[in-house]
Amino acid sequence: MLLLWQLFVSYLKIGFFGFGGGYAMLSLIQNEVVVQHEWLTNAQFADIVAISQITPGPIAINSATYVGYSVGIEAGSVWYGVLGSIIATFAVCLPSLTLMILVARFFMRLKNNRLVEGAMRGMRPVVIGMIAAAALLLIFPHSKAPDEQNFIDAWSWVLFGGVFVGSWRKVNPILLIVLSAAAGILIYYVF
Amino acid sequence: MRESLRTIFVSFFKIGMFTFGGGYAMIPLIQREVIDNRHWVGEKEFLDLLTLAQSVPGPISLNTSVFVGYKVRGLRGAASALLGAILPSFAIILIIALFFTDVRHNPVVDAAFKGMRPAVVALIIGPVISLARGMHWSMFFVIAAAALAVWGLGWSPIYVLVAAAAAGIAWELTLAPRLGKKNTEKDKD
Repeated sequence: MLLLWQLFVSYLKIGFFGFGGGYAMLSLIQNEVVVQHEWLTNAQFADIVAISQITPGPIAINSATYVGYSVGIEAGSVWYGVLGSIIATFAVCLPSLTLMILVARFFMRLKNNRLVEGAMRGMRPVVIGMIAAAALLLIFPHSKAPDEQNFIDAWSWVLFGGVFVGSWRKVNPILLIVLSAAAGILIYYVF
Repeated sequence: MRESLRTIFVSFFKIGMFTFGGGYAMIPLIQREVIDNRHWVGEKEFLDLLTLAQSVPGPISLNTSVFVGYKVRGLRGAASALLGAILPSFAIILIIALFFTDVRHNPVVDAAFKGMRPAVVALIIGPVISLARGMHWSMFFVIAAAALAVWGLGWSPIYVLVAAAAAGIAWELTLAPRLGKKNTEKDKD
């Protein structure tokens, strides 16, 4: 039960501080899920980001559902897993839901508010830094354990470079992920 | 005419179903559905709404859904829109999670993920560079400091965000008005 409560609090925090949405939330998720609670390894976190790229919905929701299930199932049965996924998904949406309703109801003028503008201006560069931090932690994890590593050999860097050039040239990210999965099967299974 | 909650739910379910990657990818779809098809909000109102959705924490697509739902049918409308928007991704990820625990140690699946992990990192770094290029050069130090604090020192991103918001507000209240005045004086000359 404690685990489910921690899960709720963690995803509530992720939802509440998820300024910028999308990739900007990666670092928050990573910090709660990988660094602080160690619910996922660094490699498992990369896996859920990959899955999120090829399935509909924002990464925050996708990771909430996935992590909620993984944490729940460790606490007991498959049903705890389903309960965990509902709790985490609900928690990550709750701040969006309440804050956005408050804004719609009372603060439509917030649009040109100087304080909001100042806060957003301050956070903008930091959010970019946080996306970079998420990427850095995926490349250079704090731990040396083999199941924490996303870059395991020279092929990893070749794939990294290829996908980087591809995304720079605006190739569809879903296609890039599918191609790198195929490349992974060729490199690590067939040969 | 009062829209039924079911119509709101179905509209956002469709949006949630077909927005791969989330975030900004969802915006054109939401736009088509709520402006062109349903006429729930106007073009200009939608742009204002996007600005607001970005100032509120959480995925932009969810914030937009909640707002439109609220505008059409109040609290229940907001809840229906949110439920519709997240249900497709929730169901798909839950199904994947149910089976993934069994197939994870399959050698083919394992090899595929070994290939996808570095790819994911490359996809994350792309936006960092394009976003950073849009900023003033002095912001490079802020970006680097934030990255090092979170990755190198292991600080919680929450503290870094709160500090940045506070610094931004302080700037806006103290220095920005003076600088603004200076600039307008310069314009007069």
